[in-house]
Amino acid sequence: MLMAVGSLTVMGLALGGLLGAASRYLAVEENPIEAELQAMLPGSQCGQCGYVGCAQAAAALARGEAAVTLCPPGGKSVAEALALKLGVTVDLSAVEDKGPQLARVTEEICIGCCRCLKACPTDAIVGAAKQIHNVIQDACTGCGACVDRCPTEAMNLVPMPVTLQHWIWPKPAVA
Amino acid sequence: MGLFEKIFKPQWGVHPDDHKRPAADAALRFLPAPAQVHMPLHQHVGGAARPVVAVGQKVLKGQILAEARGNISAPIHSPVSGVVRAIGEVTAPHASGLDFPAITVDSDFADKWIELDAVADPFSLAPEEIARRTAAAGVVGLGGATFPSAVKFSLGKRLAVGTLIVNGGECEPYLSSDDRIMRDFADQVVDGVRIVMHAIGAAEALVGIEDNKPEAIAAMRKAAAPFPDVKIRPVPARYPMGSDKQLIETLTGKEVPANARAAEVGVLVHNVSTCAAVHKAIRLGQPLVERIVTINGGAVANPGNIYAPLGTLVDEILAFCGLREAPARLVLGGPMMGTHLKHGKVPLVKGASGILAFNAVEAEIPEAGPCIRCGSCTKACPMGLLPLEMAARIRSGHLEDAVEFNLTDCISCGCCAYVCPSHIPLVQYFVHAKGELEAEERTKLRSEAAKRLTEARSGRLEREAKEKAEAAARRKAEREAAKAKAKAPAAKNTEEASA
Amino acid sequence: MSHAIDIPVAAPHTTTSNSVGRVMTIVMMALAPATLFGFWLYGWPAVWLWAITIASALLAEGFCLRLLKRPVVPVLFDGSAVLSAWLLALSLPPWAPWWIGVFGGVVAMLLGKHAFGGLGQNLFNPAMVARVALLISFPVQMTSWVSPLPLFSAGAPGPIDGLLITLQGIPASLDAVSSASLLGFAKTELSRGVDLVHAMGEAPAQSWFGSRAGSLGETAAWLIAAGGIVMMGMRVISWHIPVSMLVGVAVPAAILNAVDPAHYLDAATHVLSGGVMLGAFFIATDYVTSPNTFRGQLIFGAGCGVLTYVIRTWAGYPEGVAFAVLLMNSLTPIIDSYVKPRVYGRNRKGSALPAKK
Repeated sequence: MLMAVGSLTVMGLALGGLLGAASRYLAVEENPIEAELQAMLPGSQCGQCGYVGCAQAAAALARGEAAVTLCPPGGKSVAEALALKLGVTVDLSAVEDKGPQLARVTEEICIGCCRCLKACPTDAIVGAAKQIHNVIQDACTGCGACVDRCPTEAMNLVPMPVTLQHWIWPKPAVA
Repeated sequence: MGLFEKIFKPQWGVHPDDHKRPAADAALRFLPAPAQVHMPLHQHVGGAARPVVAVGQKVLKGQILAEARGNISAPIHSPVSGVVRAIGEVTAPHASGLDFPAITVDSDFADKWIELDAVADPFSLAPEEIARRTAAAGVVGLGGATFPSAVKFSLGKRLAVGTLIVNGGECEPYLSSDDRIMRDFADQVVDGVRIVMHAIGAAEALVGIEDNKPEAIAAMRKAAAPFPDVKIRPVPARYPMGSDKQLIETLTGKEVPANARAAEVGVLVHNVSTCAAVHKAIRLGQPLVERIVTINGGAVANPGNIYAPLGTLVDEILAFCGLREAPARLVLGGPMMGTHLKHGKVPLVKGASGILAFNAVEAEIPEAGPCIRCGSCTKACPMGLLPLEMAARIRSGHLEDAVEFNLTDCISCGCCAYVCPSHIPLVQYFVHAKGELEAEERTKLRSEAAKRLTEARSGRLEREAKEKAEAAARRKAEREAAKAKAKAPAAKNTEEASA
Repeated sequence: MSHAIDIPVAAPHTTTSNSVGRVMTIVMMALAPATLFGFWLYGWPAVWLWAITIASALLAEGFCLRLLKRPVVPVLFDGSAVLSAWLLALSLPPWAPWWIGVFGGVVAMLLGKHAFGGLGQNLFNPAMVARVALLISFPVQMTSWVSPLPLFSAGAPGPIDGLLITLQGIPASLDAVSSASLLGFAKTELSRGVDLVHAMGEAPAQSWFGSRAGSLGETAAWLIAAGGIVMMGMRVISWHIPVSMLVGVAVPAAILNAVDPAHYLDAATHVLSGGVMLGAFFIATDYVTSPNTFRGQLIFGAGCGVLTYVIRTWAGYPEGVAFAVLLMNSLTPIIDSYVKPRVYGRNRKGSALPAKK
């Protein structure tokens, strides 16, 4: 019996030691996750998350300081993707999925003050002083930075219009 | 196609009840001219046409209403003579029920054509000229694909296609417009085939006609008799024999590689009605403004084929044929791949080969049940896919896994959903997944564009700040220089004064 | 059936008249002749056992559906629970006690089907899961075979007596002859050292029309085969699994019997005894647990056959169909992932064909 106990103990110590050495000398380099997280975010540097830009938000996420639901323009899909990447579980019921939105100018109210122009992170607003402004839909990311700047509330976020080309079949309802 | 093919019918596909007769045997009727037509700007694959007329403008039949925009596009011509009433929107023949732009023309019932540029001998024209005239006439694939035909001619010429395959399959149940055009206008079809052969430089044409159309086969044989390079080839009646990949394999034994075009295996496919339209466009100079459409279904009082101007509302055509009862379901096209219409205020478009008004019995589709993994869908799929596996993955949200099962090779023919004993809407799963994947791709492109724009903006701001700083520094330097200069003469003066 | 006006309707707008219920009905009709023959051969206790097994399966399925808050009636009447229980009943000893039937029905539905998610989701054949569970838990009751005592013959119990036999066991007054099944007999003799040439002389009467002891469905091998052929004609099953399974049993049996007839039973005996016929035509062909493609099905059937033979000849049990089917069921996903149809325009590996004029 002593023989059995002894041999198993020796084997355990030896294998455990091997595993410990492997975990130190054969350890896998941690991938820089920050760059991947940043790639998942919309990239419009709108600031709605509270950080200066998407790069800072990604750094905060990597450090574990920020919640994965920090990005309103990203909605549920970005929150889900971030959660998957970071390996956290998250309750998404509170995340408002307004869907993709675009800014739109109510032309009757616009006074041409150019305040929204300067705030747009993608230069999606065209206009000049005392000229009615307009939003280039293809460049607008729906970040909402312009809405707050407008003194006459002519600027609003509206849901992206569904066109024939972009309409998607819904998934069939399961019985 | 020889004895071997006759005995061993293809294993793929399905053989639903035909329902083509008596509509196919009824004589062709001509729709009386409608009072108003709505010509959509987007009746073809590619860019929508751009209007070139104004509201209130008088137009003649065949006059151009909208010009082609881009390399893959087609013009739209007026099917009636009259006055342009509006350039607005009309309900699209699409399952979503959304609207799309269309030009409304009020008819003056004079039916006056524009000056037609007829050609006595099309074979004296250069192939490029035939392609140009076909494009100008707005001819697109009338089998339903609506691909601009002239673009296909150029492709065929460039890739030196040797065989033209003419699609007289019409494999969908209920439909018989191609059948009618072959029976009544076989000469026009054959002439069109020969013109197309000349345009692409093909040495022979194989006309594939399903064997459930013996009268059409006989008529085409008679019309093609003087032309040995136009060969009539009956094929087994099986859905989807009219799909170009399956027809090419049946007629020539060649398989079109995945993601490749048929022209890369030396063949080009055109529908029989398209060939007849080419004949009209080249020989008679008439642009595409009318077509034969099959009106069929249990709710129709007098089913048959109607020769109707494009842009006529579906309701009007149905009223002409008479309805026994309010249709339980309205379909544009065939039952296997057609579009469900929520209502009949939809215009007849170039690709509409049939309008089906189903009664309650025909429209009945039982509630979907769970997949029992019977494998019927796999046996039926003409592309050799595994619909049950793809649908299971799409159902659980794993769209990328469905793509690994070759979802992109799916031709949406509907065979799988047809045979499923649990009546699962398999095609809806696949088109949903394809739509979602395209939307993801679009979102990705949008985000990349947003990133580029953001970087461009920061670059612009930096540049402007730098230029501002440089300008300020320059101005400062100038001021200093001016100050120094002002001081120097003053010093000189004082020097001179004190000297 | 109405659609809300806002839900878009997808093609196709027509569908086959086939349905799950129709398929189940055809299978049950194909099983009926063999079942009725078994009823006649073994009398009323067999009828009651069959009925009790099916009833308990239905109750178990109803219970599961209630628990899952799913609509009970459409699922209960789609025929799949009845069919699984019917096949299980055919593989039981005909005079087994009632609680064997109840336990079997419950295990088949709970563990074999609904624990996986219901119809279409199970990995293993529910009837075989139940049979193996019963065999391992109650080996005595599951291997007590009786000689046939045909209905209307002298000494055969009537309906009430039959019910009492099922509920309470065989009374001492009844002259039922317990008997070993042919395979059981052969294995016992071999283990005793008696070789087959001598043993078969005293074997239970071997009859191709099945008047020897066995399970309810075992004895009517030809009726089962006939039912299977009818199903093939109606395109409910294809020939691939039945043929490959029968070949998988017959070929090794024939080879080994030719080499050493004293220790290996011949092919005909193997194919006609035990559950091979029932397994080949009705059990291995189950849609849910068999591969999607014809080539995959050939591999599956052959595997079932060979495993059955191996288990019967060299393993501890005289009957191997249930184990073989379960083992091959576990391999079905692997077979499916390696054996796929060739996609049009692609080669077998999945890459696009080269374009050539």
